[in-house]
Amino acid sequence: MISGIELLVDGASYLGAGLCIGFGAIGAAVGEGYAAGHANQAASRLPERSGDIIKNMLIGQAVAESAGIFALVVAMLLMFMSFPEGAMSATSLIAAGLCMGLGAIGSGVGSGFPAGEACEGMARQPSVMGQITTNMLIGSAVCQTPAIFAMVVSFMLMFIPFGDRSVNPNIAAIMGAGLSTGLAAIGSGLGGGLAAGGSCQAVARQPLALGRVTTTMLVGQAVSQTPAIFGLLISFVLMFKIFPPAETIVTASALLSAGVCMGLGGIGPGLGNGLAAVDAVAWVGRNEEAAGVLTRIMLVGQAVSQSTAIYAMVVALVLIFVV
Amino acid sequence: MEISGADLVRAAALLGAGLAMGFGAIGPGVGEGYAAGQACSAIGRNPREAGLLTRTMLVGQAVSESTGIYSLVVALLLIFVV
Repeated sequence: MISGIELLVDGASYLGAGLCIGFGAIGAAVGEGYAAGHANQAASRLPERSGDIIKNMLIGQAVAESAGIFALVVAMLLMFMSFPEGAMSATSLIAAGLCMGLGAIGSGVGSGFPAGEACEGMARQPSVMGQITTNMLIGSAVCQTPAIFAMVVSFMLMFIPFGDRSVNPNIAAIMGAGLSTGLAAIGSGLGGGLAAGGSCQAVARQPLALGRVTTTMLVGQAVSQTPAIFGLLISFVLMFKIFPPAETIVTASALLSAGVCMGLGGIGPGLGNGLAAVDAVAWVGRNEEAAGVLTRIMLVGQAVSQSTAIYAMVVALVLIFVV
Repeated sequence: MEISGADLVRAAALLGAGLAMGFGAIGPGVGEGYAAGQACSAIGRNPREAGLLTRTMLVGQAVSESTGIYSLVVALLLIFVV
């Protein structure tokens, strides 16, 4: 009924490319819009320095754009490179597109937060524009790491030869691997960005607290990145463990479910860790002596909000190894 | 009904084009809208600087549009070129 089935891989690569840039365009645009909005607020407060404020906005937007560029690169590779034939290859291309597309959302939006807050901070404290920009760049760069994880998994899905594995259940494992990192990166990107935004606010309020603010921001961001790391871990397990052939769809369903479980399960905790960090870091700027207490309580709070990500990872591992 | 492989590829490319532009339109819409709203409130605070603030809004919105343009380009490539 269907002839020329070997062209399936081409069709899958086009579908994957569409999904990749479709999802990937969302995050960077929202983040850049946020940055533009707050840059405008800053310019209205301090019109004489609007040139510097707009320059800073453009720098911050450029970092947010990088997540979108990753997605564009993967989409172009999917459209114009040739890939080996077969159902496994086709699935891995769709998974690669989904992974990079979804993974770019969080980092794109997240990198917009420090850009916007940095511009507002410059209007408050024009004398420390250089320090604010530096802090913004450090925070934004860490915020891009989930998108980079997603790109790494996406490249692995495109270039590792899966063709010699049995279709059932490895085809589900491949799709699960893509979804695991792609979805989990959303939460971590947003959370890391929130923490970076809080630090730009804090530096503007109290430039002398720069060291403590940056340290607290990095600690908060590090914890926020952990759901993306869990997602990456489950993706690696699903990609590198060669599952023995199965007769029913039960194993396949379990593997796909494991990927979806870890992916979705990383969104909330990543965002929540960021929500915990943003106020902690902002208040270090207002009350530098309380930095120790603030960091401790931030970590306690983040550990509790992390709990459901750990449950998700446990369930994912059970689905992979026990079922 | 005979479905040829070439048909399937074309079908997948067209589906990909729709998904690319469909999802890709979300971000610039939200981002540019947020920028516009903030611009209005900024002008409300400082109406004399309306010219500067409008220009800044348009620059920021242009940057936000860029990923939407990428989606448009990929969609058009998928429809007409591949």
